[in-house]
Amino acid sequence: MNLATVLKGKGLGLAAWLLGIVFFLPIAWMVLTSFHSEENAATNPPSFAAALTLDGYRDFFGAGGGASPWPALINSLVASLGSTLFVLLLALPAAYALAIRPVKKWTDVLFFFLSTKMLPVVAGLLPIYLFAKNTDFLDNIWLLVILYTSMNLPIAVWMMQSFLAEVPVAVIEAAQIDGARLPTVLTRVVAPIALPGIAATALICFIFSWNELLFARVLTGVVAQTAPVFLTGFITSQGLFLAKVCAASLVISLPVLAAGFAAQDKLVQGLSLGAVK
Amino acid sequence: MTTVTSAPVAAPQTAASRRPPRRLRAWATRAPLLPALVFMIVVTQLPFVATLVISFFDWNALYPDARHFAGFANYSEVLTDPDLRKSVLTTILLTVTVVVVSLVAGLALALLLDRRFRGRGIVRTLLIAPFLVVPVAAALLWKHVLYNPEYGLLNGLLHYVGGPQPDWISKTPLLAVEMSLIWQWTPFMMLILLAGLQSRSAEQIEAARMDGASPWQIFRHLTLPHLRRYLELGALLGSIYIVQNFDAVFTLTSGGLGTANLPYTVYQTFYQAHENGLASAAGVLVVIGSIIIATFALRVVSSLFREEVGRG
Repeated sequence: MNLATVLKGKGLGLAAWLLGIVFFLPIAWMVLTSFHSEENAATNPPSFAAALTLDGYRDFFGAGGGASPWPALINSLVASLGSTLFVLLLALPAAYALAIRPVKKWTDVLFFFLSTKMLPVVAGLLPIYLFAKNTDFLDNIWLLVILYTSMNLPIAVWMMQSFLAEVPVAVIEAAQIDGARLPTVLTRVVAPIALPGIAATALICFIFSWNELLFARVLTGVVAQTAPVFLTGFITSQGLFLAKVCAASLVISLPVLAAGFAAQDKLVQGLSLGAVK
Repeated sequence: MTTVTSAPVAAPQTAASRRPPRRLRAWATRAPLLPALVFMIVVTQLPFVATLVISFFDWNALYPDARHFAGFANYSEVLTDPDLRKSVLTTILLTVTVVVVSLVAGLALALLLDRRFRGRGIVRTLLIAPFLVVPVAAALLWKHVLYNPEYGLLNGLLHYVGGPQPDWISKTPLLAVEMSLIWQWTPFMMLILLAGLQSRSAEQIEAARMDGASPWQIFRHLTLPHLRRYLELGALLGSIYIVQNFDAVFTLTSGGLGTANLPYTVYQTFYQAHENGLASAAGVLVVIGSIIIATFALRVVSSLFREEVGRG
């Protein structure tokens, strides 16, 4: 390698750093603003060196007399974890049938699952709303659990099918010839190979459920409102609450940020759906 | 599964009696699929059928007694309504712009991150972050903290270079929505394309380099063809989600200033105007549009299958 290529390599590394910082800047600014007092948050030019305070977070958690975000956070947790669990329960057998003991025309089945993702949410929203209203399911968190399950199930079947397809059929057959019964095969042979993929699938389902707004906005009210619906209360807020808005946005994004950062590699693997190998 | 595989062995080997076990075996392989299939049909297809039925009724929720069959009246009203026609255009413009720009930017970032340099892990973490912010929170961040004309960060930074201080959301509303979405979706595209780049065969590239291929030639003739399926996947998934975008439009502009896309318009028609029939007709038209896009898209995805189909 000569000097020019070394310099060029350094330059491209520097460019990557620069772009990384540009993309992260809004979030860094959000973090900084969330620790400012409201007077220091809304200034022009921006105040970089203002004193730090936890007031924004105190206000968000209701010390300032506003509504407490805890019920909404708990609802989001129930909806996201509950639907992720249901997705796994329904998608695992389906993916197993599609990948390890392929039924005839299995690609048609997969296409059907994916095609339901192309049916826009708004196409079924009104009947679901009317149904919920007439059966007292409106403002009930379990309705969201069911809907989020249907929202994520196609992607989950699709992803897990490709992860399970990586288990060599020969290994399964060998285990069966050695006298292993189905539960043993599943726990000893299939699970170790497929588990990272299943974890990635669960993570993505959790993120999509946690983020969802349209269903939650239309179908919940006071009791079952989720964290994103709680956030919509800030849409028209004026400058006085800037620190509080930032604190609220950060707290509500925290579970997703933490899970996503912790499982970056799995996320990459999962998002490419394992389908393109 | 063990009981199923042993069944044919236990049965007498006559042609007549072989049939039931085979049928049993076929059902046993299909059974694990049924719960997921039935669930999906009930929760997604039934409501759509209901939407289809409602779309033929003149039905305002505030006047339930005046509900009556209206034939295609709702459809002709939707198709001749200038606002609705505009929202179709807005949806297309928004989706195409966001998908194309974030795909190109994601490719550039993925190529940069595919190289070895100091702190690569940190840079990747910084770049993933926008994708991990809850969409409503991201939209609020752009609306209040970045775009605000008086104290937003964008104009705050422009202040230092003595630039203009525009009111972003009212001057360039659609661009404002697009910018925030591109910021969120570029990391997603980067992740998919990075996975693609890292699955390239290093030996092939080394061999090409030995043969004297320039970096551009390697990119054009090796990297790009290899990335094709990843680019298609990113475009497909991006389109599915951005066509349906509600959060950014709802939060940033509340559909005002010509930024109302179809999902927002349908939401408004039934949630605020209580026009059930009209909203359903608009919803059905969204589906027809999606089917047209999906037919092309699924053909694209089917290229993802070509190598795997042999398994079935």
